[in-house]
Order: sequence, then C-alpha cells, then structure tokens
Amino acid sequence: MSNQYVLFDAPGPRAKRITRMLNVLVALGIIAIFVWIYQVLAEHGQMKPSLWWNAINFNAWSNYLLPGVQFTLQAAAIAVVTSVVFGLGFGFLRLAPFRVIRWVAMVIVEFFRAVPVLVLMVFLHFFFSQFLTSYIDPRNSAYYAVIVALTLYNGAVIAELVRSGVRSLPKGQREAALAVGMTATKSLRLVEVPQALVAMLPSLVSQFVIILKDSALGYIIGFAELLRYARHLGSGYGNILQAMVVGAIIFIVMNFVLVWVAQALSRRLSSRTSGSVEVGIPGMAQMAVVAPDDDEAPTATQAQAMINRNPSERE
Amino acid sequence: MEDILYLFEQYPIFEGFWTNIQLAIWASIAAFIFGVVLALFRVSPVRSLSWLSAAFINVVRNTPLTVLVVMSVLVLWGQLQINMHSNFEMNFFILATIALSVYHAPFFAEAIRSGVNTVPVGQAEAARSIGLGFFPAARLIIFPQAIRGAITPIGNTLIALIKNTTVAAAASVTEASGVMKTMIEFNPNFMIAIFLIIAIGFSLIVIPVGLLTTWLSDKLAVTR
Repeated sequence: MSNQYVLFDAPGPRAKRITRMLNVLVALGIIAIFVWIYQVLAEHGQMKPSLWWNAINFNAWSNYLLPGVQFTLQAAAIAVVTSVVFGLGFGFLRLAPFRVIRWVAMVIVEFFRAVPVLVLMVFLHFFFSQFLTSYIDPRNSAYYAVIVALTLYNGAVIAELVRSGVRSLPKGQREAALAVGMTATKSLRLVEVPQALVAMLPSLVSQFVIILKDSALGYIIGFAELLRYARHLGSGYGNILQAMVVGAIIFIVMNFVLVWVAQALSRRLSSRTSGSVEVGIPGMAQMAVVAPDDDEAPTATQAQAMINRNPSERE
Repeated sequence: MEDILYLFEQYPIFEGFWTNIQLAIWASIAAFIFGVVLALFRVSPVRSLSWLSAAFINVVRNTPLTVLVVMSVLVLWGQLQINMHSNFEMNFFILATIALSVYHAPFFAEAIRSGVNTVPVGQAEAARSIGLGFFPAARLIIFPQAIRGAITPIGNTLIALIKNTTVAAAASVTEASGVMKTMIEFNPNFMIAIFLIIAIGFSLIVIPVGLLTTWLSDKLAVTR
C-alpha cells in the first residue's frame, strides 16, 4: 500500500518484533470482542438455535427473504435502467452547445442532487396516490415512488458523471474529431461520450450499489422490500434480531457482488479509453457538491487533479 | 401566500429542520472521530488492526443506512433493551445518531485515507533525509498536506450525512421529512408548495457547506 510507504520506513528487527506482538494482542482483542457480543446476545436469550434456524429455514427463504429480495432487486433494476437513461439525457443537455439548455439542465440536476432521496420519495408517494390514480394503482404508489425518486436522484448524479467523464478526456480527442470535420454535437456523440462512458463504467456500477442500498428507503414509505419482509419474518417468529441480521447480510452480499463487478470492469476497461478508469469509493458518488467538476470519486489521482486544477478552468 | 404562512404557523417546520441540523452536528462529530480511528487502523503496519478496519469499512459501507437505523431501534432498543435516555424521544434521537455515526464513519475514514494518498512519497523521503523521525514527519510534513487533500471528500461526506439525517424518520424521530409528511397528509392541496419548502430548506443547508468546501480546498490547495 502506497500510504504505508509514505508514513512508515521499512521496519527494522525491533519494529518487526513490536509489530508482531501488537498483531497478536489485537487479534486476541478482536476475539474478545466477538466473545463479548456472543455473551450479551446469550444473556438476552438471542442465541437459541431455534431463533436462528427460523430466520434461515425453508419457510423463511420461500415466504419472506426471497420475495423481499425479488422486490428489492426489481425496484433497483428498473431504477438502474431509468436512471442511466435520465443521466445520459441530462448529461448530454449539460454539454449542449446552447447556454440556456445547459443552464436549465444544470438547475434541474443540482436540484435533484440537493434534495434528500427520502424527501423526494415521500412527496412522490403522496403525489402518485393523490393525482395519478387513473394511471397508477394507489396500492402500488409506494413502489413507483421508490423507482421514480431513485431515478431522479441517481440520474442527476449520473448526468454529472457523464459530464465530468467528458471533461476529463484529453482535449486532443475533441480537437481531432473537429479536425476530421465532425460537428461539435457529432464529436460529443461519436467520440467523447462513448469514451467517457467506458471511463465512468466503474463509477457507474458503484452508483448502482447506492441505488440498491437506497431502495431500502422504501421501507419508510411502506414499500414491501427486503427490509420490510425481514421485519415481518422477525415479528412473525419472535426473532427480530436474527431476521434483521440475515436481511442485512443479504444486502451486504448483493452489494459486494456489485462492487466486485465494478473492480473487475475497471481492470478490463482501462485500455479502451483515453480517460482514466478509477473505481469510485462506493457512496462517495452520492454526494452533491455544488461547484467542482469531478465529485464522483475523490481517489488519489483525482484529488491531486482537483488540487492542481487552475480555478479558471471551471465553468 | 397566506396559505403558505398558515403552514409555517401551524407546523413545526423550523423545529423539524433544527432536528436535522442537530442530528447532523452530533453524528458528524462522532463519525469523524470514529473515522479518524478507522483510518489510523487502516494504514497501521499492524496487520490485524488494518484487517479489522478494512472489514468494518467494507461491511458497513455495503449496508443500507435504513437497515442500520431500523436495527438500532428494533434490535438495540427493542431486543437488547439498551436504553440511551429516560426520555422516550431523546432515546430515539440518540439511537438514530448512533446509526448515522456508524454508517458515515467508514466514509470519513476513506476520505482521510484518500487525503493521505495525495501526498507524494517524495515528501516523506525528503522529510526523512533532513533527519525528521516518524512523528515529526507525520506532524510537520504529511498531515498538513493530507488534511488539505481530504477537504473535498470530507465535505462530500458531510453533505451526504446532512441529507441522510432524514432517514432518522425510520427511528420515529420528528425531523423535516416527517413534518413534510404530516403537512401533506392534512393539506394535500398544497402538496407541491410543501415539497418545495422542504426541498429549498435542504438546499439552503447543503449549498453553503458545498461552497465552503470548494472555497477551503481552493484556498488551502497545495501547489505541486
């Protein structure tokens, strides 16, 4: 790890001895923490095998966990597709040759990035069940509210990813496209955005992790997803703790798979673009920052670029 | 216009936002301290410490915040009878703050680590070559540069945290999104105006933080 190199010299025999000793001590400490957690749980009667078994047996999976996973994945998958469409559309508008369009797109994108997803969800839930009853069955309004809120928020973030992806390409790409006679729009469509998309794919997949995680917000507005099903399971069999732990583990495993895909992608794609391919820190991308161009993944090189950048380059 | 004023008189809009701000203040302090500890563990040469920190960071980062908040109420309080405060509302407030802190600590840790990563190796080597030991080098050379590189990601995390305080609604804390829900329930005709009030309220809190971050990171930028 590079930061270890920055902070520490190569250890000598004494430092090695100390490190090894600390290593053992800390390992013992970790074991002690796990034992303590086990004891606390046992004291409250949470370690009974039947409680855990009821959270992972056939009944739990077929009636609670799998339906929950299905609804979570369904909402997240639809939101992934729609937010990519929204993001690409607004990403293009953010780069449009007309200032008015750019400006309107910017206001819309910044608005949806600044509003908490939950606020958007609660509002859309009421909005759908009040005004769109002829299109959307009121019983499904929570489901659609989750999808649309995730789309608007994550689409806005993806629009920014597209824009910063195009911005981070070497200037020569655009100049070459213009030199062979393409118009600005054509260069954007055929040369810049495709390369930016490849460069941003890992960050995009990290954004999908956020969509999957945020779909759990549907719990608050009454959309029956994994968390809600886990709670039903827990209250049905008196094993809330166990059901919640199992639900959380399922969420974590699903996200780990996505993160793994993102990392594999970034390794494979780095030769296919002139931009830099970096896996964002999942979750870092969700944040709205008002001015900087690249907020998607403040990794080492980008943070460096951010520092080096001349302020006048900004819009 | 009168109707809007009526809303402000009738419903605790400002109190709601104040709850969000309080949640954000306490959770960001706790999460930052926790995050510094995690980051120190993460970069330490002691293998088990950095393993522990990495495992914690990866697990928590991949858990939805809603799950943590719901667990803090249903599991910590409901099942394990951990009571934080005799006052019912205060208890939920503290539980939500704990969940928010635990969730955001890994993000602060990664922000700090990415700050350390912006410091070129040559800086540390130069510090060694003029005879500075580990602590003087860390204090005088590495840390001042690392903290500047970390400003932008820390600001991003802070903004996310402020917006995420709305999830405290899952722990039945009365904050702005909850107030919005009540307002819309009883005044469905002004639904859009109510939404805009809350949305603009959040923008007014979040935008200055973003501007401050940008200003600070520009002002303190390290020329290399």
